[in-house]
Amino acid sequence: MSTKKQKLSSIGRKVLMALTGFFLMLFLLQHLSINLLSVVNADMFNEVSHFMGTNPIVQYILQPILIFSVVFHFAWGMVLEYQNNQARDVKYAKYKGSANATWMSRNMIISGLAVLAFLAIHFYDFWLPEINTKYIQGDMSGMSHGSDHFRYHEELVSKFAHQPIRVVLYFVAFVMLSLHLLHGFQSSFQTVGFNHSKYTPIIKKLGNLFAIAIPLGFVIIAIYHYNIHPH
Amino acid sequence: MSTLDGKIPGGPISEKWTNYKNKVDLVNPANKRNIDVIVVGTGLAGGSAAATLAEQGYNVKAFCYQDSPRRAHSIAAQGGINAAKNYQGDGDSVYRLFYDTVKGGDYRSREANVHRLAEVSTNIIDQCVAQGVPFARDYGGLLDNRSFGGVLVSRTFYAKGQTGQQLLLGAYSAMNRQIARGKIKMYNRHEMLDVVIVDGKARGIIARNLVTGEIERHSAHAVVLGTGGYGNVFYLSTNAMGSNVTAGWKAHKRGAHFANPCYTQIHPTCIPRSGDYQSKLTLMSESLRNDGRIWVPAKKEDAQAIRDGKLKPTEISEEDRDYYLERRYPAFGNLVPRDVASRAAKERCDEGHGVNATGEAVYLDFAAAIVRYGKEQATIKGEDNASESRIKELGKAIVKAKYGNLFDMYKQIVADDPYETPMMIYPAVHYTMGGIWVDYNLMTSIPGCYAIGEANFSDHGANRLGASALMQGLADGYFVLPYTIGSYLSSDIRTGQISTDTKEFDEAEKQVKERIDSLVNNNGTNPVDYYHRKLGNIMWNKCGMARNEEGLKEAIKEIAELREDFWKNVSVPGKANELNQELEKAGRVADFLELGELFAKDALERNESCGGHFREEYVEKSGEQKGEALRDDKNYAFVSAWEYTGVPSEAILHKEKLEFNDIELKQRSYK
Amino acid sequence: MNLNLKVWRQNSPDEKGQMVDYQLEGISEHMSFLEMMDVLNQKLINSGERPVAFDHDCREGICGSCSMFINGEAHGPVKGTTTCQLHMRSFKDGDTIFIEPFRANAFPVIKDLVIDRSAFDRIQHSGGYISVNTSGNTQDANATPIPKENADLAMDAATCIGCGACVATCKNSSAMLFVGAKISQYALLPQGQVEAKDRAQNMVAQMDAEGFGNCTNTGACEVECPKGISLSNIARMNREFLDGSITK
Repeated sequence: MSTKKQKLSSIGRKVLMALTGFFLMLFLLQHLSINLLSVVNADMFNEVSHFMGTNPIVQYILQPILIFSVVFHFAWGMVLEYQNNQARDVKYAKYKGSANATWMSRNMIISGLAVLAFLAIHFYDFWLPEINTKYIQGDMSGMSHGSDHFRYHEELVSKFAHQPIRVVLYFVAFVMLSLHLLHGFQSSFQTVGFNHSKYTPIIKKLGNLFAIAIPLGFVIIAIYHYNIHPH
Repeated sequence: MSTLDGKIPGGPISEKWTNYKNKVDLVNPANKRNIDVIVVGTGLAGGSAAATLAEQGYNVKAFCYQDSPRRAHSIAAQGGINAAKNYQGDGDSVYRLFYDTVKGGDYRSREANVHRLAEVSTNIIDQCVAQGVPFARDYGGLLDNRSFGGVLVSRTFYAKGQTGQQLLLGAYSAMNRQIARGKIKMYNRHEMLDVVIVDGKARGIIARNLVTGEIERHSAHAVVLGTGGYGNVFYLSTNAMGSNVTAGWKAHKRGAHFANPCYTQIHPTCIPRSGDYQSKLTLMSESLRNDGRIWVPAKKEDAQAIRDGKLKPTEISEEDRDYYLERRYPAFGNLVPRDVASRAAKERCDEGHGVNATGEAVYLDFAAAIVRYGKEQATIKGEDNASESRIKELGKAIVKAKYGNLFDMYKQIVADDPYETPMMIYPAVHYTMGGIWVDYNLMTSIPGCYAIGEANFSDHGANRLGASALMQGLADGYFVLPYTIGSYLSSDIRTGQISTDTKEFDEAEKQVKERIDSLVNNNGTNPVDYYHRKLGNIMWNKCGMARNEEGLKEAIKEIAELREDFWKNVSVPGKANELNQELEKAGRVADFLELGELFAKDALERNESCGGHFREEYVEKSGEQKGEALRDDKNYAFVSAWEYTGVPSEAILHKEKLEFNDIELKQRSYK
Repeated sequence: MNLNLKVWRQNSPDEKGQMVDYQLEGISEHMSFLEMMDVLNQKLINSGERPVAFDHDCREGICGSCSMFINGEAHGPVKGTTTCQLHMRSFKDGDTIFIEPFRANAFPVIKDLVIDRSAFDRIQHSGGYISVNTSGNTQDANATPIPKENADLAMDAATCIGCGACVATCKNSSAMLFVGAKISQYALLPQGQVEAKDRAQNMVAQMDAEGFGNCTNTGACEVECPKGISLSNIARMNREFLDGSITK
């Protein structure tokens, strides 16, 4: 038979979601790893933060890819959700989605939008001030204003110490992230065609572990800094 | 009455088909492009024929009443397909398959056709594997076989319990390739309502678009009917709800002889009826008889207690069970042919040994097989001292692997667990060996009109062996018709397109429309199903597993009366020009009401017992075979081909003499 | 038992349909769901109303004709069965039962519960076959041994009955389980591997053209599939497709 090629197939479209998803999961892993240093050792956290914040490869190559991935994953996810909704104009009078699929898998748009809302707060908290300091004010030193020590750890701590609302918001957001990952992790493997009778069960377990451990790690850090630093 | 010519080629039986193929007229590829062929029905026969004819270059128009060709009822065949491959090295050969089929058919099939069928059977398996049909394989990667009722070799190829499905999807895939090439134009949800004869030749059909109700004319140089059997004349059968005789019956009314309508196969292993609302019966593969033992309670009081729900089958001791097939037929035991097994079940139930609330069921018991397999497995696994429960566990696993899907199906329907308690089975109408008369070319008595698969009568005689229906359907469609049709079409290369704008098409369309209008405007009181059920009752009681002169005469009369009442009082809601399932049913039942009468007449005229046709008057009166069917080869070794005259019971009989040069006629003995 | 039915009634493809209430009395628990529908239809015919149109044929779970969305689930509450294999013992006296057609834009309603699934056929036309002519001269069926494991997996994929429950049940109306099953059956067999890449490209292209939604791996299709077709077939399709996209 001859081949009929299309520009962007349904499978191509979902593979793009999976690939950006993979990248974002890797990002989450490294983000958590660095943040965990803030609990273990403030100096080490500062060192690594400064490296990440000023290294040109991270800043000018990885960061734009990350931003693109984030924006793309969200925007594309919404486009696909819209398209998928369009495939059934007349809805069922009774539809029992819970009978055959998990809440997580059916509501990626909800958990995704929740994470998006959280990102707005998160950017307001950390990323925008960071960009402001470094690229608008041009202070690439990483030093706390008028001092001789790094600012990263104290900035982190100040956001959480005795800030119950923020901690609760973070907690809720990470629960949503967890729900998103519970489906997203294994789903990404399935999408790129990885399904094997022997390894898929392992991937599913690994996915559950990842989906719980990563958000839990972030939550623990927030709670730790909320409690641990007396003024 | 006249004698029909089967146009069997000369020469020794094993060379007839080869010689035929060597000498048959062929159609030049360039000319095939100018020839249209209509194929009605897309089961194994119709689907494979449509695909192959299109591959050869003919323009094919294919019709099915279902919403897709993939849903034809061939899909429901479970057990397997026979082929004389002798992969198991157990002595099989083309001759042995030929012999078994003729013997199994109780010497009422046409020898030359059967030999051809056995010859091409091996090609079918090759072709299907090449198409991607996933037959069962053994651990070495080679094809697996099982044995089936009535034979002594393992020659049945299978794909789980869904062989028919896989073969049909294979044929469907071949059709799809041709649909994509534009060589097949597919008409789904279309029902053929008449065949159009121009200058004595079949030149087209009238079809109803079942979605819009539109009546359409389609012309072609030849018309092929692969429209299946007429088991639904019994209302309850294992056929699909839509399976019908309409296409064949219309051809019959236009001049095609209808052969041996009384040869009906009643399949022994079906799930018994549970109540009056029953709409159809479900078959379970005959392969179950390989491991299941059939019995009834030996004492009538036990049977009564079971019927009343006071006793469970597992509570009946071994000595109080009557394994009647093993008792009566020690050589074949539970693997006797279908007709023998069915009649034996009916005989036991009529004697008052039947189980189920209706008293119309016997047991099919896997307890012994479970223990046997369990012991085997224990030995293989080196568990010499396995406990009884461990043996059962091991045995159940094997039985599950072999029959799991059938057991699940049984459980779903009956809500009983056949691993723990015996299954209940009862015979049900399953297949019709009779059908439209065809010659060796598969052409009916209408020139240019062909019948293939179950729709024709040719290969199974009075009884069909298990796993042979699939074989015949595909043999006809893939390997026989594509050759034989060429000899007819080779004279049609200069004819050009057949016009539908002729008086013959006008007339046929007018008749079809009038009939539909009279049904829709009848404003009667009884729904179609009322008549169908009544017809089914008459057929089952008087033309079923055992028939007698008195009952058949009554049946003829009752069916004629019922038909008259139908046309007066049937109620068909809705309109003609819309999707109207009641109207579809009404048309089909109207034809069954005519066929049923011919069926009974055929059974009445055949004063012998052979295969699926069992006349109570004609049985062995004494000796070892006492009570067994008594064939009359001297007076009845012929095909009864009926010509329509206007009233079914006044059809004219034409005989095709059956000559057996290569097989000695014997009484079938499975003792 | 007595039942309250809510059935989708729609006279023609263009007409707007609606749910209509019916009461049924004296239904036996041994009836199949379709026999219960037969009872409803006889009742409607007797009272001069139009019976409910629905697709059905073999009534033994293999033809794939029946296609009812019952109480929010394709083929009803029992897993691994078609509508025709569902029995009334799965319901209780006094139950309200919603009966709707399989819904997807790619499966337009023709009438009542009858839908047009020809999109599935067109996907098969685009590549659901192996290009081999009928000749009687193909190689011997045992010439190429096929590992039993692959033959069995191919068979598992091939058991698809094309009913469309996967599409009906998917929140996105995606047909990927159906297409994945067909692509897998052939990809697992040496005979099918010859054209495997083209087949995946072509069948996916046709699937997309038919207006089915995209797969988001919810797995609902696998759960509702009356034949238990595995999600691994979708992964295999993705693999075959990506392989073809990259290398061809």
